[in-house]
Amino acid sequence: MSPQDSQPLYVSREPIFPRRVSGTFRRLKWWIMAITLGIYYLTPWIRWDRGPSLPDQAVLIDMANRRFYFFWIEIWPHEFYFVAGLLIMAGLGLFLFTSALGRVWCGYTCPQTVWTDLFILVERWIEGDRNARVRLWQSKWDLRKWRLRLTKWTVWLLISVATGGAWVFYFADAPTLMRNLVTFDAAFIAYSTIAILTATTFIFGGFMREQVCIYMCPWPRIQGAMMDEQTLTVGYREWRGEPRGKKHDNTTGDCIDCMACVNVCPMGIDIRDGQQMECITCALCIDACDDVMEKIGKPRGLIDYLALADEPREREGSLPRPIWQHVFRLRTIIYTVLWAAIGIGLVFALFIRSDIDMTVEAVRNPTYITLSDGTVRNVYNMRLRNMDSETRNFRMSLTSEEILHIDVEGADGNIISVAPDSTTQIRVYVSARPQDPASARDRTDLRFWVEDAAGESRAYRDSVFNGKVPQ
Amino acid sequence: MSDPKKDEITGVESTGHSWDGIEELNNPLPRWWLWTLYLCIIWAIGYTIAYPAWPGITKATSGLLGYSTRGEVAEQIAVVEARNAPLINALTDIELAALPENDDLHRFAVAGGGAIFRTYCSQCHGSGAAGATGYPNLLDDDWLWGGKIDQIATTIRHGIRNDVDPDALWSQMPAFGDILEPAEINDVVQYVRAMSGQGHDAAAAEAGSEIFLEQCSACHGEDGKGNRDMGAPNLTDAIWLYGGSVETLTYTVTNSRFGVMPPWSNRLSEAEIKAVAAYVHQLGGGEE
Repeated sequence: MSPQDSQPLYVSREPIFPRRVSGTFRRLKWWIMAITLGIYYLTPWIRWDRGPSLPDQAVLIDMANRRFYFFWIEIWPHEFYFVAGLLIMAGLGLFLFTSALGRVWCGYTCPQTVWTDLFILVERWIEGDRNARVRLWQSKWDLRKWRLRLTKWTVWLLISVATGGAWVFYFADAPTLMRNLVTFDAAFIAYSTIAILTATTFIFGGFMREQVCIYMCPWPRIQGAMMDEQTLTVGYREWRGEPRGKKHDNTTGDCIDCMACVNVCPMGIDIRDGQQMECITCALCIDACDDVMEKIGKPRGLIDYLALADEPREREGSLPRPIWQHVFRLRTIIYTVLWAAIGIGLVFALFIRSDIDMTVEAVRNPTYITLSDGTVRNVYNMRLRNMDSETRNFRMSLTSEEILHIDVEGADGNIISVAPDSTTQIRVYVSARPQDPASARDRTDLRFWVEDAAGESRAYRDSVFNGKVPQ
Repeated sequence: MSDPKKDEITGVESTGHSWDGIEELNNPLPRWWLWTLYLCIIWAIGYTIAYPAWPGITKATSGLLGYSTRGEVAEQIAVVEARNAPLINALTDIELAALPENDDLHRFAVAGGGAIFRTYCSQCHGSGAAGATGYPNLLDDDWLWGGKIDQIATTIRHGIRNDVDPDALWSQMPAFGDILEPAEINDVVQYVRAMSGQGHDAAAAEAGSEIFLEQCSACHGEDGKGNRDMGAPNLTDAIWLYGGSVETLTYTVTNSRFGVMPPWSNRLSEAEIKAVAAYVHQLGGGEE
């Protein structure tokens, strides 16, 4: 094998100049872009009154105080399972949508797709549509080209800064941080985070685009395991389109080889080659082809959402099965049920969670202490959380089958006062007098009760009392 | 080598490797991927110049930035020490009796005292401060030399029965094996058992009470409740340093005991001694 026979080890990126397209899916994508970007940029600015001494930002990840605020919900670190549950739901949701509709996530809502779409829009506004951009790309670096390129890059950069900037607002009070950012009083971490996210947005959205999907993202590879022959993906009705020919030639198929589907593709592929790894199923080729089919008076849907299982039927001239038959399958139903079960579980957990939280840790070094009058004492370290915005008083008590005495260190009448939105650690002594059976018994079960002094709510924890067993 | 096989659909060269009918193609890598590799190499070179990296005979290169993990730890310790300095000064100056009332300083002292206790005291008194035979339990309400916070601090500062510190707390019980007959010792032991409410021989105890008054009450008191000024234990309660059985009591009376604690004023700072005292005082038996 001579060197010239072998293909190169490395290839440069082929520039892609997606043409403007309009139609159902393009409109849908505009809407999704507006909604997702709107949510991303505006959420940190929504205010939500939680009363004094608490942040009034609706969505806030407060790292310093270890709290996550989401409108009326406040998540503490010990409730991280809510976040884990949401991540599991996100995973299952992705399985569900992929098994039903292929890579809809990639095509419509993936940030890489949304921002690339936005950057292409900017590119088109400044440099013109596909043909103008191809000409500009081929032209020399004259004043006009520099002007257009610099304008485009500036707008991209502004969008990128806004993107990186919006991210940090989720972690601090947005108006305050905005002021600090502008007056250079913000923390270094804020600036470095903005800088990194600005750089990634600018490079990924402006220059890497489909390279991110093809070479960096694991999802295109994983999707193969998620999809089956019933999954609806963007495909080409090759049996209807081939052989390609002229508009008025009745001996050929419907495809007139106008390249509209290729020209609009942001991934730079030809969907007529069949399903391929690069395809993010953005459906812009469907819009482009339908447009052409209407112009030449042929039925729409030469390129369409198809399921592989329908191909034999369609080749025989039958109609494809209705969409609901592809979507409602055992597999998608199982995914939906699992997804909903976790969701209902989380909502349930959210509503039943007590606003008192208590942990009891029995001190077992040593297991018991003998006092001078022979009383046997056990010590328990207890944490009480007050998730309310007001100071609350709690009364500690215990119940047990045996006689046991409870004494909360430093608390009159076993009443503990816990400051708003905080945790208090207390030490509780439980003792059995020498004449009480529990003093000489290895284990005595007991239950600690903590009760809101106002009588509104109470909670309990079970523990064990260790006595001094006679040798 | 024969001509490489081409994949029919993509036109890409095949490696010829095939598993379950799936063929591995020899797709070229994107060129930017190569750039990132070069960038990583440049970064790595810069990194080894800026940071300690290349091993030498005795030590590695120290790097242009002069960074070291040890230095970073020292820096962090210095930051913490600077932050704690006012608290440590306040702790050094405070009147011990007033410490438990000073919430913030007390919390600081207890946290630090716990760490010091586990480092220096836990060998004898146990990590949970429950002591052992011959080493007092610090969790209960019984104190040999006093359970007020400044009394505890004095004990820590000077220790007990040591030759190192002239101010050490000092007392010594005679070995009554040289003074009393074994039968008399047994009588005293039975009397001590009676005082503490344990099973005993009533006749022997009766006889022992005379001997106790004569020989023991000077230190342990006529009622046997001990004397903290000389570290004489209370013999009427349920707590025994060496044990309350007839055998151990007989051994104690016959041979005496000589529990020793080192002084800590030469090894711990004033603030550290106060911190340990605060820690021990709040374990559950501290006296007001």
